[in-house]
Amino acid sequence: MLDVGPGTAVRVRGMQPPGHIRTPHYLRGKAGVIERCLGLSGNPEQLAYGLPGASLPLYRVRFTMADIWGARAERPDDTLDAEIYGHWLEETV
Amino acid sequence: MGGDAAGPLQQQNGRPVEHDFALWEKRVDALMVLMTTKGHFTVDGLRRAIEDMGPGAFETMSYYDRWIAAVNQNLVESGVYTLAELGEKMEQVARRGSTYGQASLAGA
Amino acid sequence: MATGWKKPSDMPHDHHDHLSSSGHPYRADNDAPLTYWQTMEIALRELLVEKGVTSQAEIASQIDAMDARSPADGARVVARAWSDPAFRDRLLHDASAASREMGFDIGALRLIAVENTGDVHNIIVCTLCSCYPRNLLGLSPDWYKTREYRSRVVIEPRRVLAEFGLTLPDTTTIRVHDSTADMRYIVIPVRPSGTEHLNEAQLATLVTRDSMIGTAQARAPR
Repeated sequence: MLDVGPGTAVRVRGMQPPGHIRTPHYLRGKAGVIERCLGLSGNPEQLAYGLPGASLPLYRVRFTMADIWGARAERPDDTLDAEIYGHWLEETV
Repeated sequence: MGGDAAGPLQQQNGRPVEHDFALWEKRVDALMVLMTTKGHFTVDGLRRAIEDMGPGAFETMSYYDRWIAAVNQNLVESGVYTLAELGEKMEQVARRGSTYGQASLAGA
Repeated sequence: MATGWKKPSDMPHDHHDHLSSSGHPYRADNDAPLTYWQTMEIALRELLVEKGVTSQAEIASQIDAMDARSPADGARVVARAWSDPAFRDRLLHDASAASREMGFDIGALRLIAVENTGDVHNIIVCTLCSCYPRNLLGLSPDWYKTREYRSRVVIEPRRVLAEFGLTLPDTTTIRVHDSTADMRYIVIPVRPSGTEHLNEAQLATLVTRDSMIGTAQARAPR
């Protein structure tokens, strides 16, 4: 499980299991930077099915529009922040 | 949804459209808050049920139509009542009249 | 057996928008034909009351609590941040604690405040559903929940803002915030110029709901 601080470069995992997942499709596989740590939060992928949610670290990750959309970006250095659970993130070097 | 192609926002009087909430919509909203607060299901359970309706539901059902359907789905799953109980009660309600005002008991 | 509703598959689009005499749109309610989903709401509510899970009084009081929340609450928070630098710092550090400090009952809301400046404009969306800081600002506007807003803001925020009548210079960086999990967001708009003489209550009247979502600037003073 990822356990990192602000400024860490990360990539959102690109996996595609079915079901209730709070990692938007448009961010899967995209590279960003941890903007802040939000502490521990219950796993929505379990809570959604009536199960106790395991505590997971939650992060705000900042992406540039260029990183998400490439040449389709309206203005490349506009940014997008989203909250992503630790099990959906990998540290990049 | 995020990043998908979509048209312009629907406008009315030069502003994106909005409406005041109807009583039945406020009741759906209140029921969702109360049932999740009491622990009968979670907000994630509500969202999951809405997602499982598929993209077509977005076109054929209003926002609070989808919410009441999802509240019901979760209450049935958590055993608060059965589908037969709901079906019977819905028949009773529908026999009271043809408008929401008539079917929703006075004072209830 | 006679029933007051039709099967949902037979129902047309549920868009019964009209203009009331005040010019505000409202959705037909008590006098419109009963729908399948309204029937379900009544039945479900009565079952919950019969089983003692909730009561009509509890439901009514929850509706009152939501009705009591409005963008005016958020406007007071923003106006205080404009007037009191120490409060602004606390708001940016922990917006939930700062809102509670002002006496707002925001429940379990986990709020993050993001501040507009001359160079940065923030805008809020929830692409996965319709998360909104409802415990501070009340219920969200219809357009916030539409496919159009949710799909487009994350890829073409400038074109969406233009549809709200807001065109930002290319020198302004836009920061879009997608409320994907537990946090909710409120934008602190830029304090309009020419407001140095206004007190906190007067400043609050310039802070619109849309300026706290990021689809507008704060109002200019008259």
